[in-house]
Amino acid sequence: MNKAILPLGIFVVLAGLFFYVLQQMGEGEYNPRDIPTEFIGRTAPGFSLPKLFDPQQQVRPSAYKGKPWLLNFWGTWCPECWREHPYLLQLKAHGIPIVGVDWRDERADGQAMLRENGNPFAAVAFDPDSTAAIDWGVYGAPETFLVDADGIIRAKHKGALNEAAWRKKFAHWFEDKQ
Amino acid sequence: MKRLPLILLLGILSFGALATNIEVYDFDNPAQERTYKELTAELRCLVCQNQDIADSNAELAQDMRHKVFSMLKNGKNKQEITDFMVERYGDFVRYRPPFEGKTLVLWIGPFVIFVLAVIFMLRAIRRARQQEEHRELNTEQITQAADLLEQPSDKSTDR
Repeated sequence: MNKAILPLGIFVVLAGLFFYVLQQMGEGEYNPRDIPTEFIGRTAPGFSLPKLFDPQQQVRPSAYKGKPWLLNFWGTWCPECWREHPYLLQLKAHGIPIVGVDWRDERADGQAMLRENGNPFAAVAFDPDSTAAIDWGVYGAPETFLVDADGIIRAKHKGALNEAAWRKKFAHWFEDKQ
Repeated sequence: MKRLPLILLLGILSFGALATNIEVYDFDNPAQERTYKELTAELRCLVCQNQDIADSNAELAQDMRHKVFSMLKNGKNKQEITDFMVERYGDFVRYRPPFEGKTLVLWIGPFVIFVLAVIFMLRAIRRARQQEEHRELNTEQITQAADLLEQPSDKSTDR
């Protein structure tokens, strides 16, 4: 009797764990392609990149110190970025400052995308050689960082930003704006 | 006209050069090149996770190779470059994870499992031997068995 119950018990526990993780994966956790986040709580790396719309001018994160802001890595080659775009526009409408980095893209493509679909960004940097991307530990797009008023990275989201992810990871940093 | 096949052959061979985008890096010395090769073979491509960045043609891997190269050119050593990448992409970026608290299970786990397996196997063997010893019957059991065999069966055996 005991001998039958023990393996059965182990099986039930494992099955429970399996379905729990499966469900969490459905909600966007435990993505097997995710790598651990290294950046939370660290000072945001600086960069100085040319603007997408004006190569003569530079975008620098230091210009946004003093209030929380978002840094969003995107590219026109990335389908999830297109999916995410309307939500970024919505955030802009709520007064959330977003700095965009058009990553590994063609300048003309990036410009056209924002002209046709609207520009959710306070400023857009152009990063064709992954200069900022590597510095920020980015390995896929879209990826969004939240930098607080003191220039510390407080949250990061891989993949398209949506209402659920926003509420979970970002919203409380912008409570005055909701 | 004799040279035509040769020209054609060279033409065909040269397509290979067009197909692959060969990166040409100019190293200061052979030691630097060796470090570059070691580093790119030890850093994981984050897009195609089972390749090192030397092996991968993913765009991010190309850019990471370039980063490694430019850091070497700027006089950074192997450790500094590895630290730079780990700071950004975590231990995950290393194909050879460091031996520390977090990775202890990774390093010694297989040995622990092996030792446990050996212990369980030895115990199973010992138990099997003991059972074999018990299988020998005492005299009382033998007479019992003989009686049973000699008893005329009451159930019909004719079939």
